[in-house]
Amino acid sequence: MKQNSVAVVGAAETTKMGKIPDVSVIGLHADAALNAMADAGLKPSDIDGVATAGISPVELAHYLGIKPTYADGTSVGGCSFMLHVRHAAAAINAGLAKTILITHGESGRSRVGAGGFGRAPSSLMGQFEMPYGVTSPPTMFTVPVLRYMKTYGVTEEDLANVAVVQREWAALNPRASFKDPITVDDVLNSPMIAWPFRMLMCCLVTDGGGALILTSADRARDFPQKPVYVLGTGESVETPMVSQMYDFTSSTAFKISGKKAFDEAGITHADVDHLMIYDAFAHLPLYGLEDLGFCKPGEAKDFIRERNTAIGGKLPLNTNGGGLSYMHSGMYGMYALQESVRQMRGTAAAQVKDARISIAHGVGGMFAASGTIVFTNRS
Amino acid sequence: MARILPEPTPETRHFWDGCRDGELRLQRCTDCNHTYFPPRAFCPSCASRKVEVYAASGRGVLWSYVINHRPRQDMGTEPYAIAVVKLDEGPTMMTNIVGCPQTPEALVLDMPVKVRFEKQTDDISLPLFEPAQS
Repeated sequence: MKQNSVAVVGAAETTKMGKIPDVSVIGLHADAALNAMADAGLKPSDIDGVATAGISPVELAHYLGIKPTYADGTSVGGCSFMLHVRHAAAAINAGLAKTILITHGESGRSRVGAGGFGRAPSSLMGQFEMPYGVTSPPTMFTVPVLRYMKTYGVTEEDLANVAVVQREWAALNPRASFKDPITVDDVLNSPMIAWPFRMLMCCLVTDGGGALILTSADRARDFPQKPVYVLGTGESVETPMVSQMYDFTSSTAFKISGKKAFDEAGITHADVDHLMIYDAFAHLPLYGLEDLGFCKPGEAKDFIRERNTAIGGKLPLNTNGGGLSYMHSGMYGMYALQESVRQMRGTAAAQVKDARISIAHGVGGMFAASGTIVFTNRS
Repeated sequence: MARILPEPTPETRHFWDGCRDGELRLQRCTDCNHTYFPPRAFCPSCASRKVEVYAASGRGVLWSYVINHRPRQDMGTEPYAIAVVKLDEGPTMMTNIVGCPQTPEALVLDMPVKVRFEKQTDDISLPLFEPAQS
């Protein structure tokens, strides 16, 4: 895509976050969309493009009364919204639409109007993974990790430390679900979920949503909020089955998506002031830091232990508290994008001083897919 | 509660027939010799449609796993390992490890394993793995 040709002019999360038993899935999409439109000073009739995952863009458009010239229903898991941003940027540049709304809403905890999690027994996953007792993501996303740990000498303490450092960030965020400090021992003494993963190494399960509105950079200056420009983008997909990852110690999709985003943005790692890496589980920031090239393979555990990603560190990471402590409705990518936008606007609860470039990096499924967006607040 | 079982498709039927008959069947490309899994009608390495089914050794090593402490209803009440084995022929395959305690001490990465078919129905047997002599 063309650098800085498109900007985020509206961004908001649902009014409430956490436990929202009185709103259905589509209601959460709508709440986030209305908040984002208010943020941008727009009405549904101003929107001519829609994108969403989880529900269909048809449902979204009709629910909000939008009659779009562009619809994107890319649904590759929790990073779908990174892909929506990328596709929206291309679509705006190509003239397919002028003002595109991207929404997420999920009743992860309360399950109001939510579908199930099953897989058809004739699908590849139904045939070659489901028979062996996998349940929800804690027993799938975690499967490659012992191989990663053995290869690089990563310990359970190293995994626990990821959660500890992110809780420090969450303590600064009034909207975070968990704010009380925790220690490595606390994590290692929390209930066993799927060895070696303890409860505090796993993300929350909450209700919530978020929405973004993108338009061309030349129009962005006329909106009420400080524009946040899209500097570079990447995406990739890898495997529908975690057991078929190309390499258990690295996400091929992360590498491809990350490299494309860095190349498009024309930046180096030293240029990045703020980073979000979708953390459904404690190993994901480790894989992310390495596969995006911030650390050499096996060195992310040391990078985090040396507090480079903590408050005051050189690469603030998951500053909203992440999926481990802030919120995780199921498809967390939208919240990573929201925090990057807040950091670029200068409105984050744990604001990184003078941040100019932020990356939001997402995973979809169980290492199935990836999307990477590089934002900047300089036109 | 009956265990969740696979529903074979035309592309995977040979694999499940093999499991039923006590043979672990993989596919190999006759153009580039690449062995692959899961089954499909072409080679994922070179896209050739010239592929053959053959009986694999049924041997491999324990590649990675988790021990699920919240058992799925159809899997009983005790924690069990959800494992991936790396077959001697190259591919990885999800499975369960049987014939040994479901503990980190007993389940050591890279230990040799061999296939053991466990009959579920007249049509479906699952390829599980047990510790083997190296």
